[in-house]
Amino acid sequence: MTSPTWNNPVVKWIEYRLPVFSFTQDHLIDYPTPKNLNYWWNFGSLAGITLTIMIVTGIVLAMHYTPHVDYAFESVERIMRDVNYGWLIRYVHMNGGSMFFAVVYIHIFRGLYYGSYKAPREMLWIIGIIILLTMMATAFLGYVLPWGQMSFWAATVITNMFSAFPLIGEPIVTWLWGGFSVDNPTLNRFFSLHYLLPFVIFALVFLHLWALHVHHSNNPLGIDTKGPQDTIPFHPYYTIKDLFGLGVFMLVFLGFVFFAPNFFVEPDNYIKANPMQTPTHIVPEWYLTPFYAILRAITFDIWFIPAKLIGVIAMFGSVLILVLVPWLDTSKVRSARYRPIYKQVYWFFLIDCIVLGWVGFNSPDAMFMGAVSFLRIGQVATAYYFLHLLVVLPVLGKLERPRSPPESISAAVTKDSDTVTEAA
Amino acid sequence: MTDAPTVAAGAPHEGETRRDFLLIATSAVGAVGTALAIWPLIHQMNPAADVLALSSTEVDLSPIEVGQSITVVWRGKPVFIRRRTAKEIARAKADDASDLPDPQPDSERVQKPEWLILVGVCTHLGCIPLGQRATEPRGDFGGWFCPCHGSHYDTSGRIRKGPAPENLAVPKYVFVTDTKIKIG
Repeated sequence: MTSPTWNNPVVKWIEYRLPVFSFTQDHLIDYPTPKNLNYWWNFGSLAGITLTIMIVTGIVLAMHYTPHVDYAFESVERIMRDVNYGWLIRYVHMNGGSMFFAVVYIHIFRGLYYGSYKAPREMLWIIGIIILLTMMATAFLGYVLPWGQMSFWAATVITNMFSAFPLIGEPIVTWLWGGFSVDNPTLNRFFSLHYLLPFVIFALVFLHLWALHVHHSNNPLGIDTKGPQDTIPFHPYYTIKDLFGLGVFMLVFLGFVFFAPNFFVEPDNYIKANPMQTPTHIVPEWYLTPFYAILRAITFDIWFIPAKLIGVIAMFGSVLILVLVPWLDTSKVRSARYRPIYKQVYWFFLIDCIVLGWVGFNSPDAMFMGAVSFLRIGQVATAYYFLHLLVVLPVLGKLERPRSPPESISAAVTKDSDTVTEAA
Repeated sequence: MTDAPTVAAGAPHEGETRRDFLLIATSAVGAVGTALAIWPLIHQMNPAADVLALSSTEVDLSPIEVGQSITVVWRGKPVFIRRRTAKEIARAKADDASDLPDPQPDSERVQKPEWLILVGVCTHLGCIPLGQRATEPRGDFGGWFCPCHGSHYDTSGRIRKGPAPENLAVPKYVFVTDTKIKIG
C-alpha cells in the first residue's frame, strides 16, 4: 500500500505526533476490501450507525428523564408531550432498539451462512457474541426505565432467574435489587448501567473492527483474497454501497418511527408499574422471545437439578454456545455456497430460531390450531436448536462432500485464470 | 559481563531469589488490597440501612371476615392474609398426605389454622398469583393460581401443579394480640 503524503503543515505536524491521517487513509479509504461483497455485508456498518443513533438519542433523553419510581413514568410522558421533539427522540430510541437487534441478527446469520466465524476470524466472532450479550443486557435495562407494567414485571421475572441457583441465588437477587423487591434502588442502578453499557459496546465494537482489519472481511465465496486483483478500496466503493443501504434501512426505521411507533411494544407498558398486580400475559420484546421460549421449554427436572435452574442454564447456554461455533463447525469450507447439505440445514436452523421467537410470544398453555401446545412446539424447537449446534455442525463437517470453491475471487469471474494466479 | 553487577547484587542463580520473594509478596499484598478495596463497591448494591429499617409491618386482622383475604405490603412485596373457612382448613389438612412437590404439613405453615399468611410471590419467577378476590381464578386446588406460567397453589399455599419449585413462602410473623400481627 502506498503511504500518501500531505503538504498541509498543520496536517503534517499532527500526523508526525499522532498518525490519525494515515490511519484514516489505511483503514477507511484505501482499506482493501474483497470486490465481491454482496448486500448482506451492509449490516455491519448499519449496526454501527444504529449504535451511534442509540447513543446520541439516549444521551439527550437522559437530560429529561428522572430515574425515580415516583417520577420515571411521568417524566417519560413529559418527554412525549412537552419536551421539544421529545416524542421523536424517544420513538427513534425505542424503535432503534428493535432495529439494532434486527440488523445484528441479520449480520450474525450472514456470518453463519458464509462461514465468517472460521479461522482466522474466531476472535472477531467471539467479540461479536460478547457484543450481542451486552446488547441484550443493555436492552433489558433500558426497557425497565419507563417504569410501566411490562418494565416492572420484566425486571422482576429476569432478576428472579438468578434465584434458580442454589444457596447463592437469593443473596444475588437481593443484591441486584438493593432491597427485597424491584424498587427505587433497582431503578437507579438500572439507569446507571443502561447509560454505561452502550459505551462498553462501543469499545467492544472497536475491538471487533480491530480484529476485522487484521485478516480483513470474509466474502460470499468464503476464500482468502490472493492479491490486489481481488480487492477494491473501501472508499468510494463500499462507502457509497453502505450509504445506499443506509438509505433503504432508514426508510424502514423511520417508517416505524412515523407510522407505527408502538408496533413493537406491549400496550401494558403505558400503564404505570404496579408491584401489587402482575399483568396476565408477560412477554419480552420480540428480540428476546426466542430465548424466553428456551427458558420456558424446560419443565422437567433432570436428576436433582430443578427445572427452573435447567431452564435458566439452557437460556444463557443458547447464547454462550455460539462462542464455540468456530470449533463445532468442523468443515474446512467457509461459504455455504460450496456446502450442498449445510446450505439446507442452515435454513432449518433459521426457521427454528423464528419458531422459537414465535413460541416465546405465546402462553405455553395455549394451543396452536387446537392440536399442539406452544410448550410442546417450544420444546421441539429448543431441542433442535441445540441439536443443530452440537450435533449437526460437527458431524456434517466430517460427512459432507463440499464442492470446490474457485481458486480466487477474480478467477470466479474471469475465464483466463492464468493471468490471475500470475498476478498474485 | 554487562549484567554482572546486577547478578552480584542479587542472590544466586538457582532456586528462589530475594527478588522472587519480593515480587510474590508485593503481588499478594496488592491482590488482597485490591479485593478489599472492591468490596465496598460491591456491597453498596445490597439493601441500604433505610431499606432494612422498613422491614416490619403491623396488620390489624379484626376487619377480616371468615373466607376473606387481604393483601398487605411488606418489604415492597404483597403478603396474602387469608382467614380460611373450616372447609379450606380441612382440605389443607387432608392434602398433607397427597403427593406434594415440596412436602410440608399444613400445621407447619400456620400459627393459628384460621389465619394463613403467605408472601404473595410465585416461587417460579416472581409474579403475583391470582386468587385473593373471590372472583379471581384460584386454580385446581382452591388456593391461588399464577397466570404467568400456570402454577397452582392449594389452600395452604403449597405448590401442587406447574413450574414453581417451592411452596409460597411463609414470612416471619408474630401475633402481637389476638387480632394483630407483626410481619418481619
